[in-house]
Amino acid sequence: MISSERVVKIVLFLSSLLIILVTAGMVLSLMNGSIPVFKEIGLRFIISSQWNPTEGSEEYGAMAFIAGTLMTSFIAIIICFPLAFSTSLFIGEYYSGTRIARIVGTLVDMLAGIPSIVYGLWGFYVLRPLIVDLGLNAQGFGIFTAGVVLAIMIIPYATSISTEIIKMVSSDLKEAAYSLGATRREVILNVLIPNARSGIFTSFVLAFGRALGETMAVTMLIGNANIIPDSIFGAGNTMASVIANQFGEAEGLKLSALITIGLLLFVITGIINGIGKLIIKKFNS
Amino acid sequence: MAFAKQISGEGALKRRVVKNRLFAGSVIFFSMLTISPILLIVYKLVAKGYRQINIDFFTKKAPDTYEAMVAVGAGEVIPGGILNGIAGTLYMVFIASLIAIPVGLLIGIFLYDQQSKRYAGVVRDVVDILQGVPSIVLGLIAYFWVVKNITNGFSALAGSTALAIMMMPLIIRSTEETLKMIPETIIEAGFALGVPYHKIILRVLIPSGFSGLLTGILLAISRIIGETAPLMLTALGSMQVNFQIDKPTSAIPLLIWEFYNDPNMVDLIWSSSLLLMMMVLLLNLLSRQIIARRS
Amino acid sequence: MSELIKQISDPVLEIRDLSVSYNKDKSAVTAVSAGIKKNRVTAIMGPSGCGKSTLLRAINRMHDLYPNVETVGDIFLNGEDTADMSTMMLRRKIGMVFQRPNPFPTMSIHDNVIAGYKLNGIRLQKSDKNDIVEKSLRDVALWDEVKDSLIKKGTFLSGGQQQRLCIARALAFKPDVILLDEPTSALDPVATKKVEELLMQLKKDYTIVMVTHNMAQAARISDFSMFMYLGELIEYGKTKDMFIKPIDTRTEEYLTGKFS
Repeated sequence: MISSERVVKIVLFLSSLLIILVTAGMVLSLMNGSIPVFKEIGLRFIISSQWNPTEGSEEYGAMAFIAGTLMTSFIAIIICFPLAFSTSLFIGEYYSGTRIARIVGTLVDMLAGIPSIVYGLWGFYVLRPLIVDLGLNAQGFGIFTAGVVLAIMIIPYATSISTEIIKMVSSDLKEAAYSLGATRREVILNVLIPNARSGIFTSFVLAFGRALGETMAVTMLIGNANIIPDSIFGAGNTMASVIANQFGEAEGLKLSALITIGLLLFVITGIINGIGKLIIKKFNS
Repeated sequence: MAFAKQISGEGALKRRVVKNRLFAGSVIFFSMLTISPILLIVYKLVAKGYRQINIDFFTKKAPDTYEAMVAVGAGEVIPGGILNGIAGTLYMVFIASLIAIPVGLLIGIFLYDQQSKRYAGVVRDVVDILQGVPSIVLGLIAYFWVVKNITNGFSALAGSTALAIMMMPLIIRSTEETLKMIPETIIEAGFALGVPYHKIILRVLIPSGFSGLLTGILLAISRIIGETAPLMLTALGSMQVNFQIDKPTSAIPLLIWEFYNDPNMVDLIWSSSLLLMMMVLLLNLLSRQIIARRS
Repeated sequence: MSELIKQISDPVLEIRDLSVSYNKDKSAVTAVSAGIKKNRVTAIMGPSGCGKSTLLRAINRMHDLYPNVETVGDIFLNGEDTADMSTMMLRRKIGMVFQRPNPFPTMSIHDNVIAGYKLNGIRLQKSDKNDIVEKSLRDVALWDEVKDSLIKKGTFLSGGQQQRLCIARALAFKPDVILLDEPTSALDPVATKKVEELLMQLKKDYTIVMVTHNMAQAARISDFSMFMYLGELIEYGKTKDMFIKPIDTRTEEYLTGKFS
C-alpha cells in the first residue's frame, strides 16, 4: 500500500515536471524549427540585415529586426523613465498612503489592463496624426511612434516595483536627513534614490524586457519596413512584429527564419529578465 | 567657518526652496501626464463606441464587408454584432482555464510544499522564464504543437494552448503567494488530528486560501483575454460562431484586427474595444472586491 | 507652569503653550511651557506614550513632515520665534539624534559626518571637509577608532560607534541645541556608558535635550528634568531636587516605580 501522502507528493512532483517539460519543449521546438536557417544561412543570419523572400535569391537576416526591437524599446524606456519614476515618487513618497495616491495607483494599474491591440488603435487614430502634424514622419508610422505607445504600455510594470522599493526606504533615514535641514528634494536625491537605486533599476530592466516582446501595438505603428531604420522617426520592424506580419504567408526557409527570430527573441528577453531577477535577489539579501 | 555662513545666506536658501518646489511640481506634472493616457483612451472608446452597443451587438454575428459598406454609405449604424467574437473568446478562455487552472494550482501547491528545496528553486526559475516569454513566441509554439500536429489546421484548441501557457505562470505564482500567507498552525492542527495529506490540501489549504486563489485566477484571465498576436497564429478567426475545438475560431481581439484592416467596418473597432476593455476592468474590479472583502 | 519658565534664566529655547495632536480629538502634548537652559543637559522622562518624543520632535518641527499632525504654540530659539524661520535653517541650528542609530548606509563614514553640508548643497574645500570630519569625530571620541577606515560605509561600525557617528553628524553644523530621542535604548551597557560620558563632555559647548525612559540615566547625566504624563508637563526642575523631593505625587509614583 502506498500512503495517500505519497500519492499526493508524486502528483505534485509530476505537475512540476510538466512545466519544465513544456519550457524545455518550447526551446527544442524553436531550435528544431531554426535548423534550416542555420544550415543554409548560418550565423550570418544574426548579423545580416537582408530580408528578401523572392524565390531564387532568397536571403534572410535578423539584424534589421534586432535593431528595430532595441530602438523601440530604448525609446520606450527613455520616455517611460520620467513618467514612471515621478509616479512612483507621487504614490510612494509625496502622497504615500493617501486617497489620491490610491486613485493614481489604480489608474496606473488600469494601463496594464488595456489590451495591446487597443493601444495600437489609439496610437493609430490619436498619436499618429499628431506625429504627422509635427512633421516628424510623413505617414506618422515609425520607430518613434511605436516607442511612445510602448512607453505608455510599460509604465505600470516600471511603476509598481519602484513604488514598493521607494516605500521601503526607512523613515528613520529620511528623518535623519530632514533633521540636518535638507529639503524634500535633497532628501529624495541624496537619501531615497541612493538607497533604492538597485530596486528602481531592476523595475526598469523588467519593463524593458516587456517592451522587447510587445507585438500588436508595435505592428500597427512601426511602418513594417524590413530595413534597419534610417532614423528614430523612420519605419522599421521589430522581431515580434515581423513574426506577426509575415507568419501568414510563410513557408520553407522564410518560416524557419521567423522561428529563428522567435528563438532569438526568447533568448534576449530571457537574458534581460534574468538580469532583473538577479539584481532583485541581491537586493533582498 | 565663515564660508559656510556665506554660502548658506538668504539667497542660497531661497534657491533651494525654489528648486524644491520645482521638483515637487514636476513630480506632480509627470504623474498627471502618466495617468492621462488611460483617461484619454477610455474617453475615446466610450465616445466613439457607445452608439454601436445594443442588443444586436451581443446577439448577432459580425457583418460582412458588403453589409457594412451599405450601412456606412447610408449613414446608418453598421448592422450585426460581434457574437462570433464574444463566443470564441469565452470558449477559448474556458478551454485555456481548464488546462491552466488545475496545473497551475498543483504546481503552486508543489512550490509551497517544497519551500526552499533546491529543485523547487529550479522550478521557480523556469516559471519566471515562462512568464517572461513574449506572447507571440507562445503563438509560434502552439502553432507547431497543435496546428501542425494535433488539429491539422488553425483551431480553438491551438489558441487555448497558447493562452493556457500564458496563464500558468501567473496562477502558479499567485497560488504560492496565497498559500504562504495561511498560518502554519491551521495546517498543523489538521496533521495533529491525523488527517491525510491530500485531505489537508483539499479541505484545509484550498478553502482557507480560496479567495486568494480565485483572485489570482481572475487576474490571470484578465491578462490573456485581450491577447491578439498569439491567436492570429493559432485560432486565425472565423465569421461563424464556432464551438468545435478543432476548427478556426474568432475572438474579440481578432475581430478588432479584422475591422481595423477593413475600411468598411472600421467603425466597429471602438465598440469592440470598449467591450474588451470593460471585460478586463470587470475582472480586475471583481478581484479587487474579493481582496477587499477578505481583509 | 509659568513659574517654571522663570526658573530658567536666559533660556536658549523657550517653549510656550505648546500642544501637538495627531488627530483632531486626541492631543499628544497639551499646553507645555518650559525654558531650556544653555550648556546644560535637560532630560525629558515619563512612561511610554506620555508625549515626551512628540514634544522633542516639535522643537525642530519634525511634525511639519506629516500633514496630519497639528502643532499649536510657540517655540523661541535665542529669542527668535522658530515659526518665522525656515525649517531648513531651524534644523541646521538644532541637531537631532534618533533612537536607533541611522547612519546613511550608502555613504562612507567621512561622508556621513559631513552629510549635513552635502544635503544642504554647501560645497566645501577638501581641507575644510577633512577638518570638520576630524573635529567632529574627535568630539565624539570616535576619531582614533575610525581614522584609518573613513572610506568604509558607516553601517560597518558597531551599534555604539554608529550612534556616536550620528552624534558627530549632528555636531558638524555646530548647532545651538542637540535633541536626542532615547539615544541609548538600542545600545548595550558599555556603549551606553560611552555615549553618556560623551554627552557630559559635550554640554561644555552645546545645549542638550534628551528623551529617556531610563530614570537612572536621567539621574546620572542631566542637570534639569521634566516629568511628563498623559501629554502634560507635570513637573520640571533641577534633577537633584526632583529625584530627592518630587513635588507632585505622580512624579513620586513614577520615580519610585509605581508605574512605568
